[in-house]
Amino acid sequence: MQRPDMSVAIAGIEMRNPVMTASGTFGYGAEFADYLNLESIGAMITKGLSLKPKAGNPTPRIVETSGGMLNAIGLQNVGIDAFIEQKLPYLKNVNTPVIANLYGNTLEEYGEVASRLDGLAGVAGIEVNISCPNVKQGGIVFGTDPSAAQEVVSLVKKNTSKPLIVKLSPNVTDVVVMAKACADAGADALSLINTLTGMAIDLERRRPVLANVTGGLSGPAIKPVALRMVWQVAKAVSLPIIGIGGIMTGRDALEFMLAGATAVQVGTASFLDPSAAQRIAREMEEYLVEHDIASVRSLVGALEV
Amino acid sequence: MQFKAMVLSNVELSPGYFRMKMTAPQELASSAPGQFLMLKVNDAIDPLLRRPFGLFDVGSFLPEYAGCGAQIYCEILYKVVGKGTKLLSALHHGDLVDLLAPLGKGFDLGPAGEEKVLVGGGVGLAPLYYLAKELKNRGEKVRLFAGGRNRDDILCITEFERLGVETYVATDDGTLGERGFVTQVLEPHLAPGTRIFACGPTPMLNAVAKMAQKSGVPCQVSMEAYMACGVGACLGCVMKGANHTEETPDYRCVCKDGPVFDSFELQWS
Repeated sequence: MQRPDMSVAIAGIEMRNPVMTASGTFGYGAEFADYLNLESIGAMITKGLSLKPKAGNPTPRIVETSGGMLNAIGLQNVGIDAFIEQKLPYLKNVNTPVIANLYGNTLEEYGEVASRLDGLAGVAGIEVNISCPNVKQGGIVFGTDPSAAQEVVSLVKKNTSKPLIVKLSPNVTDVVVMAKACADAGADALSLINTLTGMAIDLERRRPVLANVTGGLSGPAIKPVALRMVWQVAKAVSLPIIGIGGIMTGRDALEFMLAGATAVQVGTASFLDPSAAQRIAREMEEYLVEHDIASVRSLVGALEV
Repeated sequence: MQFKAMVLSNVELSPGYFRMKMTAPQELASSAPGQFLMLKVNDAIDPLLRRPFGLFDVGSFLPEYAGCGAQIYCEILYKVVGKGTKLLSALHHGDLVDLLAPLGKGFDLGPAGEEKVLVGGGVGLAPLYYLAKELKNRGEKVRLFAGGRNRDDILCITEFERLGVETYVATDDGTLGERGFVTQVLEPHLAPGTRIFACGPTPMLNAVAKMAQKSGVPCQVSMEAYMACGVGACLGCVMKGANHTEETPDYRCVCKDGPVFDSFELQWS
């Protein structure tokens, strides 16, 4: 039999397979070049970029929990200018779409970073992280308030001609409300879920383990929550969806596709297995071969309830 | 590189401290003292992340079975502190583990003719053994200052002595060597023409770094930190660089920029 067709497209971004690397877990790509073929994966998403370089949080910043990990890195990044100067030239030579993840500390910063990225060759699309506190408005998180999220997305949309993916926070009462708000504001695709807020406590010291007290939970522990949210959002909005949350194997990735995702992002898995994204794409293909499925796209939303 | 290693031996040296020997590919023969590996003890998701260990030794051996040429091995020294190291301590000859190695930046051995001073505590002795072996291979004069809470924390001293290293020991309770901190034993031996290599708990490194600065002796420290990836991506293991401020952040990755740093590169409390 012919090899199955693994290609998918998200808002016009053509990918050789549905496996993308999640923001903040794959550096700027080059860090992983010794461990996998960067041209074997669907797309790479950069570390979250901000207008100015960001120091990030004090340490400890990470801790392992049951089946997962908490991180409070604090969005440390080199800033948009250094990204364009130092990181992008390398990525331009890799034949895999690069999606720039961006965030702002204020509404205006979101617009500013988006406009800097607009028109840049080598950036196939942008993913907006709306799970950040709005510094000017008492730290309320953009991504937990539908009208704030709508404002951010509309502003970014105005400042870019590139495909716009909005990354949703799971730390909300109803993720569908947020998804609809972002869709109405002009998002071309949605990615979910970002990390779940959590904490870890050191019993002996009677102190939180993380210097930041709370952090974002990722890894296999969050997969059921992520699947549920992808499924809910896929039923409610017509935008393409990128499923994220604890994907460790090809089977995990295919479950997200059944739930309605057109593509997936691999995050924490890359930390423990730097070749995870390539392996997962291969495992997905093997599943398709074993089950005589011609195209991976036929699985999108194919869940029978 | 990423590879599967077979456990050759896994021995408890003193209560809670183990020394594990594993097979390794030829590429590890060109690793440097101070570099480390990331080990995944099994395929399960709990424990999820790899654990970092300094290279205690790298060398070659001739397997006992016929038809096989010399084989590279690597060794680590570890203390059982949690779930991951507990599982590690239960491994036997023939078990497989998954490794990323060699990682990070190792020690700069410095010019010949200096007196090399090694300072370690507990499992902090791990990278110092590989270092001592390399230094003695070059015919250098090497002294080791080992410290711990009690004699159980003083590991592999005989191995160091076999290399021809002069050893000094201090324990908090005086059960081995002098009673007190290793830094007190170290101080009178620091003079121009010496070079310090230190690995151990942060308060000890802090004291050593300050002492080195006072005596004008070059000092490299090998740091330990929580880390998820080991390749510079997660940014979980950062330390503050010497000139770090909130406005002009200067964070260094222990995994990629270290684990060995010149002591003046870092900000000490």
